[in-house]
Amino acid sequence: MAQPDGLLYSKEHEWAKIEGEVATIGITDYAQNSLGDIVYVELPRVGQALAAHASIGVVESVKAVSELFSPVAGEVLEINPALEKDPATVNRDAFGEGWMYKVKVAGPPADLLDAAEYDRFVASA
Amino acid sequence: MYAPHTPTDIREMLDAVGVASLEELLRVPAAIALAEPLAVPPGLPELELNRTMAAYAARNEAVAFTSFLGAGSYRHYVPPVVPAIAMRGEFLTAYTPYQAEVSQGYLQAIYEWQTYVCLLTGLDIANASVYDGATALAEAAIMAVNATGRRALLVSPAVHPNYRAVLRTYARGLEIEVDELQFCSEDGTTGFDALATQLAGERYAAVVAQSPNFFGCIDVPAETARAAIQSSGTVLIGVVAEAMSLGALAPPAAWGADIAAGEAQSFGNPVAYGGPYVGFIATNKAHMRRIPGRLVGRTVDGTGKLAYTLTLQAREQHIRREKATSNICTNQAHCALCATVYLAALGATGLRRCATLNVERTHAMAERVTAVGGFSRRFAAPTFNELAIRVPAGTSGAAVLAALRERRILGGVDLGRWYPDLADCILMTATELTTDAEIDALGAALGAIAKEPQVVRN
Repeated sequence: MAQPDGLLYSKEHEWAKIEGEVATIGITDYAQNSLGDIVYVELPRVGQALAAHASIGVVESVKAVSELFSPVAGEVLEINPALEKDPATVNRDAFGEGWMYKVKVAGPPADLLDAAEYDRFVASA
Repeated sequence: MYAPHTPTDIREMLDAVGVASLEELLRVPAAIALAEPLAVPPGLPELELNRTMAAYAARNEAVAFTSFLGAGSYRHYVPPVVPAIAMRGEFLTAYTPYQAEVSQGYLQAIYEWQTYVCLLTGLDIANASVYDGATALAEAAIMAVNATGRRALLVSPAVHPNYRAVLRTYARGLEIEVDELQFCSEDGTTGFDALATQLAGERYAAVVAQSPNFFGCIDVPAETARAAIQSSGTVLIGVVAEAMSLGALAPPAAWGADIAAGEAQSFGNPVAYGGPYVGFIATNKAHMRRIPGRLVGRTVDGTGKLAYTLTLQAREQHIRREKATSNICTNQAHCALCATVYLAALGATGLRRCATLNVERTHAMAERVTAVGGFSRRFAAPTFNELAIRVPAGTSGAAVLAALRERRILGGVDLGRWYPDLADCILMTATELTTDAEIDALGAALGAIAKEPQVVRN
C-alpha cells in the first residue's frame, strides 16, 4: 500500500502534514480500513494544548472505539466541522477531506516516520 | 448457591500464587480466628419460619405511624397492577439480562422507560437507569467534565445534601473541585444573580440546580442566568429528586437543563429502608455519546420485524475498559420496570391529576400547620409537595419531631441535620396519600406540643 509522500506518520496510524508552523492531522487510509465504517469522531477542542503522542480523542466505528493520538505537540487551531455530520468522510478520503484538526506546532516533531518507513511499518504489522 | 469456582479452579489459583491452602492465603491470625462454627440456628420448617418472621414484623411500630416524611423518599400509592406485572417470573430479575437481545420483552420495557424519561424531562435521550438520584447526578457531572474539559462544578446548596455528598465522593477521586452557589434565605431558592461573574472565567464544567429543591421550593434559573450559562459554554444539570413533580411542573429541558438527573422512586416503587431506588439520566443529542450505562434502541431484525437491541455499546466498559464513559455497569431494571408500569397505568392525565393532588394536599397541610400559633412557613417561594416549617421560638425542629414521635406521628425531617441555620425548621411532606384526618391529627398534636413547657422553654 503506497502512502502519500510529503506527510509524516506515527506508529499510531496518524498522519501530519506540516506547512510552516501549522500541522494538519488525520488518520491513515490503513487505519480507516482496519476500523471499518466510522460513525463518530471525537476531536480535541480548539485552543486545547496537545502533548505529542498523547490520547486526545476517539474514533468510533461499527466495530470498535479507538483512541486518537496527537502525532505532534501544539495548540489546536481548527477542527474539521464536516466530520460531525458525516464521520464517514474519513473512510472515503482519509488523507484529504477526512482531515481531523489543525495544530500550531510547538517544537520539532519527534518519533515520526516518512512514507517509506510507514509503508514498511504497516507491512510488518 | 452461587459458586463461581470449582475445587479444581481454586487449586489451580492457589498453585499459581504458590500457597498450599485458602487458610494460608488469608492468614487470619489465630488470636482472632473463629475456631468453632458460626452460631447460626438450624433451619426452621416453613410454618414455624413464617410465625417467627411475623412476630418480628409485628414489633415494627413505625408502620402504624402517620408519616409526613419526604426529603428524597416519597410515599405514593402503588396500584396493584404494578406488582402484578413486575412480579411475573419473566421480569423478576434485577439485572439487565446478559444475553440482552434474547429478552426482547425486557428490552422493550427498558425502551419504554427511556421514552417516558425523555417525555418527562423534555430531553432527547435517556439511559436504562442508574442506581439512584445521587449516582445520576454524579454521572451527569462526569459527563459535563468530559464534555468541557473543565474540572470544577458550581452546585446549588439547595440540591439534596445526600446527593451533594455522593457528588463530592466521586469528585474527590476524579480531582474535580466542587464550589457552592449562594442561597437566598428569604425565598428558599438558589442565588443565581451573580452567575455571569462566576462563570466568566470559564472555570466550571457545570452548574447544578435542583427543582423542586431540597426545601420543596420551585427553584429554576432565570432567563439571564441561563444566558450566562449558555454563553460561557457551561452545562446546566437539572436535578429532580421528586419525579412526581414532573407531572405538574415544567420539564428540566424547559428551564435550560442540558442534562437531567434524578430519582424515580416515586413512580411505583415503595419507600423502604435504604431502597432500592432508581436513578434516571437524560440529555440532548450533543451529549448523547457521553451518557453512561446501558441504552436500548429500537430497530428491525434481518426479516424486517420490530426488534430491540442494546445500542451505543462502544462507550461501555466491556469494550472500552478504563476509557469507558463510566464504570457503572448495571442498572435498576426491575425498579425501572415498576416505574414504567406505573406511568403506563396512570397515563399523562392520571399523572397530572396525581401530581396536582400532591400540591393540593400540601397546601392543606401548610394551612393547618401554620394555623397553630408559632408555626410558620420558613420560605416564600412556591413549593410542590413539601415545605419548610419554622417551629416556635425557644424550641427546635428536633425537639418538636421527638414530641410528635411520642404521639405516633413522623412529622418530617429536621433541617438542622444538614443546615445549622435551619435548626428551627422541619421539612414536611404531603402526598396524595395524606388524608384530612392525618393533617388534623398533625395540627392538633402541634397545638398541644406548643403548650408543653419541656418542648418550648421560654
